[in-house]
Amino acid sequence: MNAISASEIKTLRLSIYRYDPLKEEKPYMQDFDIDIPAEKDLMVLDVLMLAKEQDPSISFRRSCREGVCGSDGLNINGKNGLGCITPLSDAVKSNKLSIRPLPGLPVIKDLIVDMKQFVDQYKKVKPYLITDKKVDTRKAIPQTIEEREKLDGLYECIMCGCCSTACPSFWWNPDKFLGPAALLQAYRFIADSRDTATEERLEQLEDAFSVFRCHGIMNCVSVCPKGLNPTKAIGEIKKMLVKRAL
Amino acid sequence: MAMNGKGTLLDASTLPVKEFDGIIVGGGGSGMMASLQLAKSGMNTAVVSKVFPTRSHTVSAQGGITCSIQSADPDDDWRWHMFDTVKGSDFIGDQDSIEYMCKEGPEAIFELENMGLPFSRTEEGKIYQRAFGGQSKDYGKGGQAERTCAAADRTGHALLHTLFQANVKAGTNFLSEWFAVDLVKNQSEQVVGVIAFEIESGEPYFLKSKATVLATGGAGRIYQTTSNALINTGDGTGMALRAGFPVQDMEMWQFHPTGIHGHGTLVTEGCRGEGGYLVNKDGERFMERYAPNYKDLASRDVVARSMFTEILEGRGCGPDADHVYLKLDHLGPEIVHKRLPGVTELSKRFAHVDPAEHPIPVVPTCHYAMGGIPTNVHGQVISQNSDGTDKIIDGLYAAGEAACVSVHGGNRLGGNSLLDLIVFGRSAGLHIEESFKSGIKMDNPSPDDVDYALRNLNRVNISQSGENFVEVKKDLQKTMQMNFGVFRTEELMENGIKEVSNLRDKSQNIHLADKSSQFNTARVEALELLNLIEVAEATAISANERKESRGAHSREDYPDRDDENWLKHSIYFSDTKQVSKREVNFRPKQVQAFQPIVRTY
Repeated sequence: MNAISASEIKTLRLSIYRYDPLKEEKPYMQDFDIDIPAEKDLMVLDVLMLAKEQDPSISFRRSCREGVCGSDGLNINGKNGLGCITPLSDAVKSNKLSIRPLPGLPVIKDLIVDMKQFVDQYKKVKPYLITDKKVDTRKAIPQTIEEREKLDGLYECIMCGCCSTACPSFWWNPDKFLGPAALLQAYRFIADSRDTATEERLEQLEDAFSVFRCHGIMNCVSVCPKGLNPTKAIGEIKKMLVKRAL
Repeated sequence: MAMNGKGTLLDASTLPVKEFDGIIVGGGGSGMMASLQLAKSGMNTAVVSKVFPTRSHTVSAQGGITCSIQSADPDDDWRWHMFDTVKGSDFIGDQDSIEYMCKEGPEAIFELENMGLPFSRTEEGKIYQRAFGGQSKDYGKGGQAERTCAAADRTGHALLHTLFQANVKAGTNFLSEWFAVDLVKNQSEQVVGVIAFEIESGEPYFLKSKATVLATGGAGRIYQTTSNALINTGDGTGMALRAGFPVQDMEMWQFHPTGIHGHGTLVTEGCRGEGGYLVNKDGERFMERYAPNYKDLASRDVVARSMFTEILEGRGCGPDADHVYLKLDHLGPEIVHKRLPGVTELSKRFAHVDPAEHPIPVVPTCHYAMGGIPTNVHGQVISQNSDGTDKIIDGLYAAGEAACVSVHGGNRLGGNSLLDLIVFGRSAGLHIEESFKSGIKMDNPSPDDVDYALRNLNRVNISQSGENFVEVKKDLQKTMQMNFGVFRTEELMENGIKEVSNLRDKSQNIHLADKSSQFNTARVEALELLNLIEVAEATAISANERKESRGAHSREDYPDRDDENWLKHSIYFSDTKQVSKREVNFRPKQVQAFQPIVRTY
């Protein structure tokens, strides 16, 4: 399964995408030699931090370093993933590791992309519970175990952006196609037995672009660091939209 | 007026000002609970967060949020929760605050559920609750309680995202990826906002406000091994100390028993709540010896000390005998994978084991600051008059881990931090809203007041040579780890205090080589170091001063609890480096105060 076992790596050739739009006309790749302790299988984020010790001017986002905050979505040797939970043994090929920003979004600096478009699409789907029933605020809205199970695989999204920025449909129409992350979120609320706005949500998604630009390429599924399946959620929305149109 | 790398000094005359009714520094659980309250009230507020809000450390909370919502047990009582929390605190938690939290908790939980938080469910369709450490029924007499409300083992993630979503709905104004540097204080000792810069552009501003909430979270990064996110650098705590305000009980750091060996990342106490237990190299379930009743669900300080004792006495696991095992495999894959999916993921990733098949190697890891900026139940920051009485600071609030309200005292119970966040984030918001209705008058700061708050930013920006801040940080973390860990002695701590003091001197002379303005994370890290130093020194000096063992503070030279002298909070000021004492509150409103008893589990 692993391209290379951890013990074979000694000095890693790391290549990092660098770009400061205020200072440089064009982005370039900067190379580093990083010494890796033989017995340790470091994560990609660890080697980025080691590179930053050599050159403190490298910029990248990071926070939890355990795969739950979604800060460090990166393009790692050509594949989107989280730096903090991608081990070198999975990522490194021929002792080379090349790290670029998530594709398709404007670069602010180095590995930092402007997430505005991504967040705007997220906000469009009204990512919050809507309920027209009178809620007794002194208790929980009842939900059965089976109803709650329908949210598994949906609510765990960490908004890292790996999926949407791996999606050709999102690259072409980032303003009109909502992208896998926002659509997963849309379905998370459609699927919630406590939410009563399904009709309103579907109506909003019914144009040619919002959902239907998804062509089932499934890049989103192959890169999701949480193992979620946005394509499936999008399929469910499509089914509901088709059913509704009949 | 960007920080253009030419070493231009910033000053009040040219600094742009943005004015708000209220600002909240920090976009984690407590910050977003406060902001939600203010956004709903229509006030002009902003959340200033150095990361996009869902990257905040609340996201990492796993096991749950403890609250007596009577789901698992219809007879459960918030007073029992209160008793457990007071006992867990080793009796230096403030009983008025603990009462408020335990009593108001259920309303806040239902509010979150109504907002959409995807709690796990029971057969009856109610919120699922699991057993956690230090939980009892009937004031410790009725056995183990199940009081921790959970969304699988991703409760913090579910909570933080739900709060972010509710804030999106309410139209909260986020200054996302802005770094707050220092508080601005006027001549009347009122806090009137913060100096902050937008990280993307490097543009500095004076964010002027009538109410400033410090909701900046923990500072576990003062230690080498910690469960805390890389961003947990005690920024609000550092800001408060530099502005001349005190911190309370900073010697009280919780070491969570089950950090993944070699990495520090946690697996939840919920593992033991679901039936997991710890074993030493002989396969012995050693907690039975240390806590015959609660065993693996004794409170965290007790379990962490027991684990280290096993390791120190040669019964640790692995080639270096430096950890123990957390056993879950006897529960079967169904329970492990369904109830603990996040733990399964983390174990595979960082320990290379599937917990349904193999035990997880674990060792205690620095996890949580019980201490922080002292506040009352409304989140108002408290300083101390020269006669030792409390003094409320106008315009300044604190909530969550940055604050010390104090519901956790000497040791926090698992699941109580999330409850603390939402209850006191909300109460701070409520108090600000009320104060606004009745009218707040603040004096304008003078240009000198603003310039004073700019001094650190200026110093870093114009530095031409000096210390490497990454090296100073590493040395600090090593010093804290070596000298202020689970077991403490005067000798170690005095040595540690000297080292921290040297490192403080170095931190006053750090060099920021890269002066660029565009998303310069080195500048952020340099300024974070100043906060880490403040927190570390407060911890070091307070720890040496508390000459007893209580809660998480365990001294080999003073092994016993000393209620006569130390049934008190410690209060530390950075400018004098002096520790004074503050009375613990024993005046709850609706129940009789719980008096100190011998604390066994």
